[in-house]
Amino acid sequence: MGAQLRIYRRRMRSVKATKKITKAMELISASRIVKAQQRVAASSPYATEITNAVAAIATYSNTDHPLTAQHVNAGRASVLVIAADRGMAGAYSNAAIKEGDLLIASLKERGLDVRSYLVGRKAVNFYKFRNREIAGSWTGFSDNPTFENAKEVAYALAQEFLGDSDEIHIVYTTFKSMITQQPIATRMLPMMLDGVVKPEGLLPEYEFEPNATEVLNSLLPRYVEARVFNAMLQSAASEHAARRRAMKSATDNADELIKSLTRLANAARQAEITQEISEIVGGADALASASAGSE
Amino acid sequence: MANASHVLTVEVVSPDKRVWSGEATMVSARTLEGDIGILPDHAPLLGVLVDGKVEIKTVAGEKVEFTINGGFLSVSQNRVSVLGQAD
Repeated sequence: MGAQLRIYRRRMRSVKATKKITKAMELISASRIVKAQQRVAASSPYATEITNAVAAIATYSNTDHPLTAQHVNAGRASVLVIAADRGMAGAYSNAAIKEGDLLIASLKERGLDVRSYLVGRKAVNFYKFRNREIAGSWTGFSDNPTFENAKEVAYALAQEFLGDSDEIHIVYTTFKSMITQQPIATRMLPMMLDGVVKPEGLLPEYEFEPNATEVLNSLLPRYVEARVFNAMLQSAASEHAARRRAMKSATDNADELIKSLTRLANAARQAEITQEISEIVGGADALASASAGSE
Repeated sequence: MANASHVLTVEVVSPDKRVWSGEATMVSARTLEGDIGILPDHAPLLGVLVDGKVEIKTVAGEKVEFTINGGFLSVSQNRVSVLGQAD
């Protein structure tokens, strides 16, 4: 076998091996998307109910509470960025980190000091490589977050908010569909009560047990937990979707490569055969003319 | 369903799933201030629940019970939501 042909065959073997890996990862991600999606759906009733509850207090009571209004003016904001632990997911992590950067830039423009909290090894590495300060980071659960993980993160953020941060923002990737995932940045605290209008005049009699402030105090950490958990679940679903898509195009690309390498290898084999034939013919000719000359 | 305005629409949810939902005639739970029972047409209420049992009497007359590790009870317009770490 000629050298050229051997090289082509070797490259084909290696591409085929890679293709097996990417194909497997694609299938794994595809099966996990469904599960992740179900978890997002399962967690949304709680998130909806707790948001309604907070909105109810904000609308029907006259309590000024940090949960719904600006409370300190420390000139500081905290940002939580949720990215992936592992790569092989195309631009997923980078898109989230970039969205975070945009948010941070706009916060800095407003003269705020920004503290960064990170979820996912990719985000941590990105920050470490650029020598950026990290206020807190959590890794190891980006593709399958549990409520316990969310609680841990939420606790740190709630502390930060009750301490000396004016605002808490969260950057995550919303799972819109199998093919669309959108990184977004939203303000988590103080709560944005979009579409909730405080009614004029007398408020309807809303009872609070024991009282509005107390209820809000215990609602705040739960609300943060629910929001963080939901963001993590959506990010996980998006991560799987992004990985599936990246691995699918890698597999398709491997197929293309194998196809063109096969063609090249065939051409090389044919060239080898042609060369051998012409060598034999040439050799036979030379022998024939040599023996003809000796006669 | 005898009279639509005289039943409670109840949702029991935990952070990772909807635990129970249905219609009931009474919900009782324990808040920070003590036991509370919710009947249809109760005034809007938002309460902090302590560890304990939440009891729901369904329209069919059955009694459903949940143990929760703290949570919230929200009532408004005959809609009752129990938010807790139910298990």
